[in-house]
Amino acid sequence: MTQYAADERGFFGDFGGRFMPEALVAALDELDVAWREAMADPAFIADFEAIIRDYAGAPSRLYHAERLSQQAGVTVLLKREDLNHTGAHKIRNVLGQAMLTKRMGKTRVIAETGAGQHGVASATAAAYFGLDCTVYMGAVDTRRQALNVARMQLLGATVIPVESGSATLKDAINEALRDWVASVDHTAYLFGTAAGPHPFPSMVRDFCRGIGDEARAQCLEQFGRLPDAIAACVGGGSNAIGLFTAFLDDPSVDIYGFEAGGEGVDTPRHAATIHAGQSGVLHGARTYVLQDEDGQTIESHSISAGLDYPGVGPQHSHLAAVGRAVYEPVTDTEAMDALALLSRTEGIIPAVESAHALAGALRIAPRLREEKGEDALLLVNLSGRGDKDMGTAIEWFGLGGEETS
Amino acid sequence: MSVQRAFDRAKAEGRSALVGYLPAGFPDVPGAIEAITTIVEAGVDVVEIGLPYSDPVMDGPTIQAAAQAALEGGIRTADVLRTVEAVAATGVPTVVMTYWNPVERYGVERFAADLANAGGSGLITPDITPDYGGEWIAAADAHDLDKIFLVAPSSTDERIAMTTASCRGFVYATAVMGVTGARTTTSDLAEPLVARTKATTDLPVGVGLGVSTGAQAAEVARFADGVIVGSAFVRAIQQAGDQAAAVKALRALTEELAAGVRGA
Repeated sequence: MTQYAADERGFFGDFGGRFMPEALVAALDELDVAWREAMADPAFIADFEAIIRDYAGAPSRLYHAERLSQQAGVTVLLKREDLNHTGAHKIRNVLGQAMLTKRMGKTRVIAETGAGQHGVASATAAAYFGLDCTVYMGAVDTRRQALNVARMQLLGATVIPVESGSATLKDAINEALRDWVASVDHTAYLFGTAAGPHPFPSMVRDFCRGIGDEARAQCLEQFGRLPDAIAACVGGGSNAIGLFTAFLDDPSVDIYGFEAGGEGVDTPRHAATIHAGQSGVLHGARTYVLQDEDGQTIESHSISAGLDYPGVGPQHSHLAAVGRAVYEPVTDTEAMDALALLSRTEGIIPAVESAHALAGALRIAPRLREEKGEDALLLVNLSGRGDKDMGTAIEWFGLGGEETS
Repeated sequence: MSVQRAFDRAKAEGRSALVGYLPAGFPDVPGAIEAITTIVEAGVDVVEIGLPYSDPVMDGPTIQAAAQAALEGGIRTADVLRTVEAVAATGVPTVVMTYWNPVERYGVERFAADLANAGGSGLITPDITPDYGGEWIAAADAHDLDKIFLVAPSSTDERIAMTTASCRGFVYATAVMGVTGARTTTSDLAEPLVARTKATTDLPVGVGLGVSTGAQAAEVARFADGVIVGSAFVRAIQQAGDQAAAVKALRALTEELAAGVRGA
């Protein structure tokens, strides 16, 4: 545990905690106990590592992107979470939480999803473990992401479109919480990111931290030293905290999180929660929140559904507040430029989310080169692959049809 | 002044208190004030004024829709306090039911001061528990306000004792595991929860979530000090064609419920 971990009550400095209805406290306490016991149980850890390896494909490769490095002017290393089963880091989290669900003797899981990636991952884990699965998804998103709805259905999950509120991710979380209040005796809530009430931020981090643990060891093995800087995209922040955790106590490693700047942080259409939000309480945790003067949540916007969330994991708020990590916004345009660049230079089509990390990394590369020279190691978490984003790419770049060169 | 006086008065009359919830700003600010004063005149003993919030995780579709309509109508926190002032001026004990973030954003101390100045008696806080509510508890104590926390069927006896020790005014017992909304049958979880709660405190215990008819009110009144009705009032407004019809429906429903808590 680092100095940046939560205390017993789930506070990371001023952030985190458990601001929740009493009806759910018993379930959160049960989960807290089960998680702590599991983390201290060598058999559970061994099972988790075996599943993550044999089923999900971990450890993911740390890949030296040479042609991209030439463009960036430093050595760029990509942590290839895009090669995991189901195409992103999220499989680590859901397999861990589904294992805990079995351990607690519960038979049903629920999940929220934005674009559908966490929903697909949850449906996958539920199928693997033989659990009933219900996924809440904003009605706007079920229409935008019909392919992922079909995936979840094929995997045996029930997908419930949420019409309330803005009918997007935050409302899907609200609806999942409403389900959970009524079903908590037999149902576990597979939360999709390192946010929400204690113990979710710490628990999700524990299941995702393999990203950073692996990357740190791989970097030492391949280059004989630690990276000079690491970068990840931040929506709720599960892939980022998964990468960052292993490096928090390495003061020589600069840590960067890149939030969705949408159409620009000078417009209302962005999801740069840390950059532009204020401290508040959303979905059970004190954290930075996009909110108006009265504390009403403001709808976020990003071309990337996975980053389109008006809150952020409380540990990221803490890391920002104490200065251990730097968080900067990346616009839709910068992210899509980076997506195209990686596709053309390395033959890797990243998720739009991960393209934010890449764009941010390319922005800091000249600074890094100036400080550390061209041998500087810049490690980027390629948290997911871009297959799911072809619709976005077609629209953004005007691809397909006869006019494409 | 604490809402407990209303429970004490009801008890002296040998009955349960009727607690009525309506959100501020629905259908609009003046309309909500008229709706709330209507249910007061028709027999509600304690008023809960809901502060509309963008992410009401404990509310079912009925109250969600009303809150959303109020927000789309442009309601501000200051309007909620204005509503409290107008309703409390009638002499009825009035509390605000609010999710936490709007209070935190307004400033906890400032909210407590302004609520007290408006004549409000305190807050019901559905998404904070006493163990994470230290700032509110301090502000409420400084301004002599009621702190109404919730207990649930899933609460351990230990947590019920911890919760009631921090309450003032009354204790809010959520009778079902689920969100707000009218139900056709009352919950069999309510009575044991009230008994477990009463074992820890002399405070009145109100039972909420699900009551919509006089018969249900009578059933809950057998074992609870207060019968809390929310969604049924909101639905009466939603189903009325206009404000006059809403007022008429609210009066009829209140009279039915008021007879219910009197065992009729």
